[in-house]
Amino acid sequence: MAIDIGQFVQTFFEESLEGLDIMEAGLLALPPGAVDMEQINTIFRAVHSIKGGSGTFGFQDLTAFAHVMETLLDRMRQGQMDVTSEAVNTLLESVDCLREMLVAARAGAAVDNDRVEHLRERLHLLLNQVNVAVSEHTASPSPVSPTTTPPTGWRINFQPHSDLMHNGNDPVRLFRELSTLGELTVRCDPRQLPHLAKLKPEDCYLSWELELQGTVSHEELVEVFAWVEDDCDLRIEALAKEPTASNPVVARTPGEEGQQGELLLERRKSEDRRQSDRRGPAPADTASIRVGIDKVDAVINLVGELVTTQSMLSVLGVDFDMSRLDKLHEALDQLDRNTRDLQEHVMRIRMMPVSSVFSRFPRMVHDISGKLGKQVELRINGEQTELDKTVIEKIGDPLVHLVRNSLDHGLEPPAERLEQGKPETGAIMLNAYHKSGSIFIEVGDDGRGLNRDALLRKGLDAGLLKPGEDYSDEQIHDLIFHPGLSTAAQISDVSGRGVGMDVVRRNIQDLGGSIQIGSQRGQGTQITICLPLTLAILDGQLVSIGQDCYIIPLLSIVESVQLRAGSVNRVAGRGEVLRFRGQHLPILRLYQMFGAEGAVTDLEKGLLVVVEADGRQVGLFVDDLQGQQQVSIKSMEKNFRRVPGVSGATILGDGRVGLILDISGLIRVNNAVT
Amino acid sequence: MAKILVADDSASMRQMVEFTLKEAGHQVVVAEDGQAALNLARGMTADLVITDVNMPNMDGITLIRELRALPAFKFTPILTLTTESTTEKKMEGKDAGATGWIVKPFNPEKLLMTVNKVLG
Repeated sequence: MAIDIGQFVQTFFEESLEGLDIMEAGLLALPPGAVDMEQINTIFRAVHSIKGGSGTFGFQDLTAFAHVMETLLDRMRQGQMDVTSEAVNTLLESVDCLREMLVAARAGAAVDNDRVEHLRERLHLLLNQVNVAVSEHTASPSPVSPTTTPPTGWRINFQPHSDLMHNGNDPVRLFRELSTLGELTVRCDPRQLPHLAKLKPEDCYLSWELELQGTVSHEELVEVFAWVEDDCDLRIEALAKEPTASNPVVARTPGEEGQQGELLLERRKSEDRRQSDRRGPAPADTASIRVGIDKVDAVINLVGELVTTQSMLSVLGVDFDMSRLDKLHEALDQLDRNTRDLQEHVMRIRMMPVSSVFSRFPRMVHDISGKLGKQVELRINGEQTELDKTVIEKIGDPLVHLVRNSLDHGLEPPAERLEQGKPETGAIMLNAYHKSGSIFIEVGDDGRGLNRDALLRKGLDAGLLKPGEDYSDEQIHDLIFHPGLSTAAQISDVSGRGVGMDVVRRNIQDLGGSIQIGSQRGQGTQITICLPLTLAILDGQLVSIGQDCYIIPLLSIVESVQLRAGSVNRVAGRGEVLRFRGQHLPILRLYQMFGAEGAVTDLEKGLLVVVEADGRQVGLFVDDLQGQQQVSIKSMEKNFRRVPGVSGATILGDGRVGLILDISGLIRVNNAVT
Repeated sequence: MAKILVADDSASMRQMVEFTLKEAGHQVVVAEDGQAALNLARGMTADLVITDVNMPNMDGITLIRELRALPAFKFTPILTLTTESTTEKKMEGKDAGATGWIVKPFNPEKLLMTVNKVLG
């Protein structure tokens, strides 16, 4: 039976690329000097799997390269080698190289062999540093093969140890296999068999004298007994034909040489195989996406509902008359809802956590900071924030550019930082979060900030600003987005030459977003990207106000409290406030703001949901809390018009529309009123 | 037809082994690490176990030891899937109670040959 292993190659590529990401993250987190066994084990396992898989799927160059990396990591794991930053860096570069090799293999393209060789040499060099004493694989002369001409048969004396069968081995199996090689004669020696009363049924007491007729090589015989060679006494002799041919060979542990020979043989075989494999899987760009099972289940559920609706409609259609018009409308409404839900959930499949973009930065920051001689700590927050896959794909490059800028221009060298009384290690912050129905991504640093004077001068030189006029910081900072304007004194190979920021802004605008810059001389720069996401998913707390249901973003909720009589004061100019945990909390009666009817108006009978936005807390007065659920945000602007205090709407499970509250908007509205 | 328990943390390996064995008419139960395999083993019997050595959560060596302690798996043939061509590594598996090994890289034919050898 021929099995085409090509069908599993795609899985191999995917898991290997994931493995490389794991290795990269692991290596970056590896503290130099100290040995975190679990960490090294994880890294080791990843490369080990790649090695095993690539061998199986016929990518020998990958196997060979992964093998060297594996050996190095194994040494670290065994404590035979220190985890130096040099070793980590070389391994990181090797990870890159391996990734390129994988991608090339997937596309059926060629790799840069010089680079591979160069890295392999460096890995070997590292290995040899520790290896002076432990001479590895000293090639001993290969043993003379037992007979130059294969004998016509073998005599085998096989004496199993009593525990041979304890690990699942069975003499009968060995005999059966031998009999496939030639004509086998089996003579059993039962002399060791004890009295029945003393016999342990799990032990082996028998031994055998075997004769195998046929031209069978010694290796083939050893191979048959390979699994039991430690569990038996074995003597193999060529059947006497010539006077000198009697050549007892004690079963030999297959030595390194033999293994290498075996490997070489395997290699040749699989090279043949690869020729055919390469043609097998098409190198077509079959991008795939990993989706949580819950999302898939949701879609399947909805399809189930759709089928129910469909059958409802077809029953209606069989003998339809006008008396059943209501039912038809109902069913059509349901169909409408089903379709919309389905559409929405299918779109959700495309939502991916922003971590897939953020994950490349630890490595990048590590590499570039090393090159620049700066010490940098990267702080990442909110990497679970979900974005549409398209946005994820397009946001990567702009972010890379921004982080590079921060590293190169923003952060000062350690000496300069110390001079300024800052900690030696600079910080780069990456944040992602939902706010007001948008997704915000921030790139910040605590470096030197923008040089307002330099920018002003450049702006004047370029004729973008008029001399003598007064410009706000914002206007000045905005200049960095102008094409052809770079404040870097020298152009470095790390970041741009003035062609960057305008492109960054254009990319963001193409996604329907905006970008803002805030900077304080000597304290750092913060760039905020705002992406309006009609597709964004939000974890919401459902609250009821009168007949209606509103959604409060879960992230903004601090807590919910029940009010006691007399705890609320009226303060002139600030409306109602609650003395709450040492501060005065303004109370917003949502039913008043939204003109809801039939709502609870007595403060003691409802609930106060304490929310926070823009660093301020307010209490939202609602009737009651309902469930929590993920809601997909529908744009108000697109479907209706902008409503202050509302960031969007969603369709609830029962088909009603629920408005999603914009907390910072509500606070603004409240401030305007009071 | 035999019932075979397969433990490997690599999805491609798992798929390949599963597919190959199923094509040959065997019943295959797969687990993605040693712990999962052990959990499965506690509620079943098998004619053969094939396990990777390097796995997260519980490695193959520990799995073999744990399996041998289960009455239902005391004599069940257990094969390790190992990239280690060194004797030392193969022996580590044997010492834990493995019946034998299959050296990676292997192709479906080699896998089936070895499996048939064990199952007879």
